[in-house]
Formats: sequence, structure tokens, C-alpha cells
Amino acid sequence: MSKVRLLVGTRKGAFVLNSDGKRDKWKISGPIFGGWSMYHIKGSPADPNRLYASQTSDWFGQIIQRSDDGGKTWEPASNQFKYKGKMAKHQWYDGTPHPWEFKRVWHLEPSLTDPDTVYAGVEDAALFRTTDGGKSWEELSGLRRHKSGPRWTPGAGGMGLHTILLDPANPQRMYIAISAAGAFRTDDGGKTWKPINKGLRSNFLPDPTAEVGHCVHRIAMHPSRPDVLYMQKHWDVMRTDNAGESWTEVSGNLPSDFGFPIDVHAHEPQTIYVVPIKSDSEHYPPDGKLRVFRSRNGGREWQALTKGLPQRDCYVNVLRDAMAVDQLDSCGIYFGTTGGQVYGSRDSGNSWECIVHDFPAVLSVEVQTLP
Amino acid sequence: MIRMVLPFHLRNLARLEGEALLEVPRPVTMASVLDALEDKYPMLTGTVRDSATGQRRSLLRFFACQQDISHEPLDKLLPEAVACGQEPLLVVGSVAGG
Repeated sequence: MSKVRLLVGTRKGAFVLNSDGKRDKWKISGPIFGGWSMYHIKGSPADPNRLYASQTSDWFGQIIQRSDDGGKTWEPASNQFKYKGKMAKHQWYDGTPHPWEFKRVWHLEPSLTDPDTVYAGVEDAALFRTTDGGKSWEELSGLRRHKSGPRWTPGAGGMGLHTILLDPANPQRMYIAISAAGAFRTDDGGKTWKPINKGLRSNFLPDPTAEVGHCVHRIAMHPSRPDVLYMQKHWDVMRTDNAGESWTEVSGNLPSDFGFPIDVHAHEPQTIYVVPIKSDSEHYPPDGKLRVFRSRNGGREWQALTKGLPQRDCYVNVLRDAMAVDQLDSCGIYFGTTGGQVYGSRDSGNSWECIVHDFPAVLSVEVQTLP
Repeated sequence: MIRMVLPFHLRNLARLEGEALLEVPRPVTMASVLDALEDKYPMLTGTVRDSATGQRRSLLRFFACQQDISHEPLDKLLPEAVACGQEPLLVVGSVAGG
């Protein structure tokens, strides 16, 4: 029988949750790296026992950890993220040029085929890659050197590269997203990049349809349709059918189109999930009801999924990296909250159970489906 | 032998119990101590001083002989009592309460 392993990053450590394929009982290990902010933990698709973790601290900076045994033991990898070339500048809050400064790793995306290759999205926004299992990191500086780079500006949460999507059909193509610069695509393995923000509208910008400056919160893809992307933006849920050349809004009947995570069902490429949040000023669910919304037709019509989720007095948030889906049938959906709960659904979202009540604030949730 | 007292999280990271004991050639400065620390414990590279700037991380302090030496130049000689191992060199994290 298959097994499922959840990798949960929190403000105060990491946790590994294991279950068999029934997904009704969970064994919780942790906290690992207790006291540290664990921004993201993710396993290699090519070797599920190879895990990488981003461990950060306001006191001590960035650490990268690597496990070769599914999270039982860990060893520090290199934490040297050095921007390549002459130091460039981006736009600061006051409009002045400001040098790029490394702060932390937001997201780790292991290669689909090589356990030693991992991409790292960092703040201040840049993309790094290791090809030696984390012994060294090299910046793919073509992204930061894009001519729009001097116009990139941090949002209130910093200027982080938080989303990395690898195209399973085309090893040269990947997508990234930056708050608050927008989405970009490379078709040559990261040498050059193209902003893919046509169709996005952000009313906080002087030009709401500008080439860059959009606060993209998350992008998701189903591996069988890598040209179809779904986006949760600062406001608006968006969809592209042409690899980002143009986007259309699919917020439809959502109670709010503000939110952070978005994900795609493992076996239904048109079935997507979001967690609406009241507004950019009030980061909690509308009406105190924690609801996942599911669209089965790619975002035009949305259905509230509430069974097992708190429907009164709930004021948590769900962060951008804190939702994941497993590969079982029926598909499992998991998400963590800033209130420290981890919820799971064994039936594609029809019903939910609280797997954990009292973790520290959850920053990230990833899931591995194991043989 | 330099005796260095590290915060809880850095001791954990280095799998270190008690003080870090470092061979540091004279003249002994904060910079040369940190070089020795990062050489002996590579996992601590960048955790006390920022790798990009070489400067002390802003939420850490350096204490020696009951003095706060955090704002002294990193290439300034450390007190003789530290250099000869009589007194420890302390790396202290800023308190975070509330």
C-alpha cells in the first residue's frame, strides 16, 4: 500500500507526518530544527528520500539542510548564496535604487530528474541552482539582469522569489513568480527570461497593466498540461492557456478573490483549489469561515468546501506555500494555517479532518506519495 | 586556545556541547577568531557574520571581559585574557520577549 509523507515548515521548526495510504492515522515527528523558521521543505521527485529544507533566523541568517533518509537525519548544506556579477540595484520603497541584498530562501524546487539539482528562490528576488546536492549554489543571473530588474520593488513582505515551476515536457522551460515583480518564463534553461504578465491588472500600480510590478502570490500547474497555469494574485484568480502569454480572470463567484495558495488536483487538470481571504488588509477568511473553494472547470465556477472545516470564529491565514496535493486516488489535499492547524482531505476536498491542531504558524506544506 | 561561547542554536547547529575551543594564531582579533570558527565548523559560516558584508549580524553581540566589543573593528586585537584562553569570548543573541 502506498504511503504519504507530509513535510510541514513552521515558524518554530519542521515536522514530518507519516501515514499509510488510508491517510486516517498520522505519526508526527518533530520539531526538527526547533526554534528556527522553516520556510520550505521539499523532496526530490527523482529520489523521495532526498529532502531539502530552508532554515532561517533573524539572528543567524540562512541555513540549508539536506536529508538522504526521508528526514530521519539531516546535514547542513552550503548556505552561500552570492549574487553574480557587478551588484545591480532594484527600486526601494522610497523610489530610490537599492542594491540587492540576500535575506533568505523562500522556496526550494528539486529537479524532476536529478536529486542533486535544486532551484532556490530567494529574497531579494533571484534564482539560484545547485547541481551538486547543495554543496554550492550558483545564481541564474539572467533573471535579475532582465531589463525590468531596476523597476522591481519589494512589497511589505519583502521581494521574494517564491514560486518555481518546472515544465515536465520541456526541460528548458520554467516559470517563476516574484512579489512584487510578477511572473517570468525562461525557454532556455534560465539564461534569459520574459515577463509573462499580460492580462494582469493591479490597481495599486500607477499603470495597472504594467509589464512588471504585479504581486503574484502563487502559480500552479498540472504536469499533463504544462501550458495551462493558474495564478492566485494579490487580488484576482487568473488562468493562462498559452504558457503565460496572456491571462484571463477566473475569479467567478468566489466570495473574495484575494488569497495566497492555489493548487491543482492530481488527476483532474481542470480541478483547482484556493482559500479565499477577506482582503489585503484583513488576512483571514471572510465571515470567520474557513472555506476551501474548488473549481472543476478551470476556475469559472467555484464550490465552497466546508465539511470538517471551522465555520465560525476562524481568523487564520493560509500562506502561499502551505497547500499541497498527494497522488493517491482519491486525491488528498492538505493545507496548514497561521493558527498552527494542518487540515487534510482524503476525498478531493469533499470533507476535511484536522490532522494537527497546535503547531506553530505553518509556513509551508509539501506532500510526498511513496510506494 | 580561544574559548568561545555560542548561542544555543549555533551550538546545536555545530553539534557542540559547551564552549568552542579554537586554535587561533596571534595576533588574535575578532576576525581571526571568526575565521577559525568557520574553518572548524563550516556549518556556522555566515551565521555570526554576514557572508556578503563580513559584518557582525545585527541581532548578535560580542562580549569579552565584561565589555561589549560589538562595535569595535573586527581587526582590533582582542583582550589578552581572551587571547590566552583565560576568559571566554561570548557571542550573545539579542533577547526577544513579549
